[in-house]
Amino acid sequence: MKYFGLLWAGLMRKKVRTTLTLLSIVLAFVLFGVLRSVADAFNAGVEIAGVDRLIVTDKYSIINMMPFGYLGRIEQIPGVTRVAHSTWFGGTYIDSKNFFPKFPLDAQRYLDLYPEYVLPDAQRKAFADNRQGAVAGRELADRFGWKIGDRIPIQADIWPMKDGSIAWEFDLVGIYTNSSASGPANEFWFDYDYFDEARAFAKGQVGWFIVQLAEPAQAEQVAKAIDAQFANSDSETKTSTERDFALMFAKQIGDIGLIMTGILGAVFFTIILLTGNTMAQAIRERIPELAVLKTLGFTNTSVLGLVLAESVLLTLFGALLGLALSVLLIGALSSALQAVVPGVAISWFNLAGGVGLALLLGIAVGLFPALTAMRLNIVDALRA
Amino acid sequence: MNEQQTLVSLRRVSKEYSRGKLKVKVLDNLDMDIAKASFLALMGPSGSGKSTLLNLIGGLDQPTQGDIIFEGKNISSMSSSALAHWRSHHVGFIFQFYNLLPVLTAERNVELPLLLTRLSRAERKRHVATALEVVALSDRAGHRPNELSGGEQQRVAIARALVSDASLLICDEPTGDLDRQTADEILGLLARLHQDHGKTIVMVTHDPLAAEFASDRLHLDKGTLSAEVAA
Repeated sequence: MKYFGLLWAGLMRKKVRTTLTLLSIVLAFVLFGVLRSVADAFNAGVEIAGVDRLIVTDKYSIINMMPFGYLGRIEQIPGVTRVAHSTWFGGTYIDSKNFFPKFPLDAQRYLDLYPEYVLPDAQRKAFADNRQGAVAGRELADRFGWKIGDRIPIQADIWPMKDGSIAWEFDLVGIYTNSSASGPANEFWFDYDYFDEARAFAKGQVGWFIVQLAEPAQAEQVAKAIDAQFANSDSETKTSTERDFALMFAKQIGDIGLIMTGILGAVFFTIILLTGNTMAQAIRERIPELAVLKTLGFTNTSVLGLVLAESVLLTLFGALLGLALSVLLIGALSSALQAVVPGVAISWFNLAGGVGLALLLGIAVGLFPALTAMRLNIVDALRA
Repeated sequence: MNEQQTLVSLRRVSKEYSRGKLKVKVLDNLDMDIAKASFLALMGPSGSGKSTLLNLIGGLDQPTQGDIIFEGKNISSMSSSALAHWRSHHVGFIFQFYNLLPVLTAERNVELPLLLTRLSRAERKRHVATALEVVALSDRAGHRPNELSGGEQQRVAIARALVSDASLLICDEPTGDLDRQTADEILGLLARLHQDHGKTIVMVTHDPLAAEFASDRLHLDKGTLSAEVAA
């Protein structure tokens, strides 16, 4: 701490230059915070995917439906303990900005397969008893201010009703939570039987099956057995692990992680060049001053440490400001982002990663000037 | 000169510089003793090797050949970090152009050598206040170098040289950038430090009037001590 004044004074030597450099670092870390959070939100499904669950979809496209009757046949395959099903409903709640996933499903089967989703028994019973009943995740209910007993209107875009109407209505009978710390609770579920009876076409069809395994190690063997069961049928299947399915789903839009890493790589490469040049220039201007420090008894190593510390102080200060701004920005834009990428939030892991990156950046941009300062010959440098 | 009274001894010291393929001998086989609590003026024409000799005595440079003994320790064979450590404990430097850090106040400039010690902040502050009092600059402690006159800046530099209680003060043309009156004030201050505080001072100067303040004067010419005049 006793050197802080000296380091700060060094940075404040050219206030405009330091401020501009700092702003570029702040901007880079705002981008880091926001883009990493968006990438994480895209990959959230992948991260929380169960290791003991398989997903069975149509062999050629996830938009093709499969017969509901497959469920019983899959249950008979050795190594399978439970099977549930789900279907993509699409649809719009009031405005197209209000995106959230909506699934007609068999609640009993689904909740048994996903023990992390917690729904109180009374609400579970109410869901089973009310054919037009629906259950929403806690985050979703909070987002729209829903409470139990509310009537939720959904405009269909894929599934019209058999009377031609696209106005589906549901009674909110339950709100579930997700006991997994990183998992979302933002889905909207309603009864498959009601959906199947009311929809205009594709009756007796479902979107995909979720299969629970007795042993995760048997995943490949069971997947092959399921696909073999339906080979050469009208609806051949493709069975993958839940993680691969989530990854494939996320990659429908593109490899978000790779795109974000590419953007951040370009930004930080530019920052290294920019800040590195600034630091090198700042040290060149201060050669006689560094020689004075050496004259007074600062060792080569301590001068190296001072220059590196100055560089790290600059990047760390910029990173902390940038990360703080990214937290505020994500908070401010969360409702707008919710429609595109639900669940965007900056994680402690990303904040810690940002601080680590700032330290590395500080060392990278300060190392060359620090080595120059360390190697200064006092007599020559005093004459400079 | 009595061995016990000697602070610094130079024995057969030579210094060569390489300029391309050319070797230039600046100091040649020089022997010299500097007594404790003496005030020595080193004089000589430009290029005579005065500054080189000063740098060697102050541990800023090392001889090509020969030994420099400070209180029985051979500093010419010390590593760069040991020499830095030695300088921080034993030597104070005063330069012609003051060499203060422009971004720091007078107080913070004087504090610099103390950052290398284990003194607490309060103790450092107390030492700095004492040093600034000795050079009669307490009222300018919060000013930056560009807010001080040349004489005041040099007094800050003297306070910085004194603050860690160095026994040897190395002064390289300390009045070269000052008018006569200010120069005399600075030289008077150095003489007082020598007389009242027992500091050993080695001063390079071109100015014969400045040399008058010293107790001993040595003339250096072409790398050789050519004359010694007792005060």
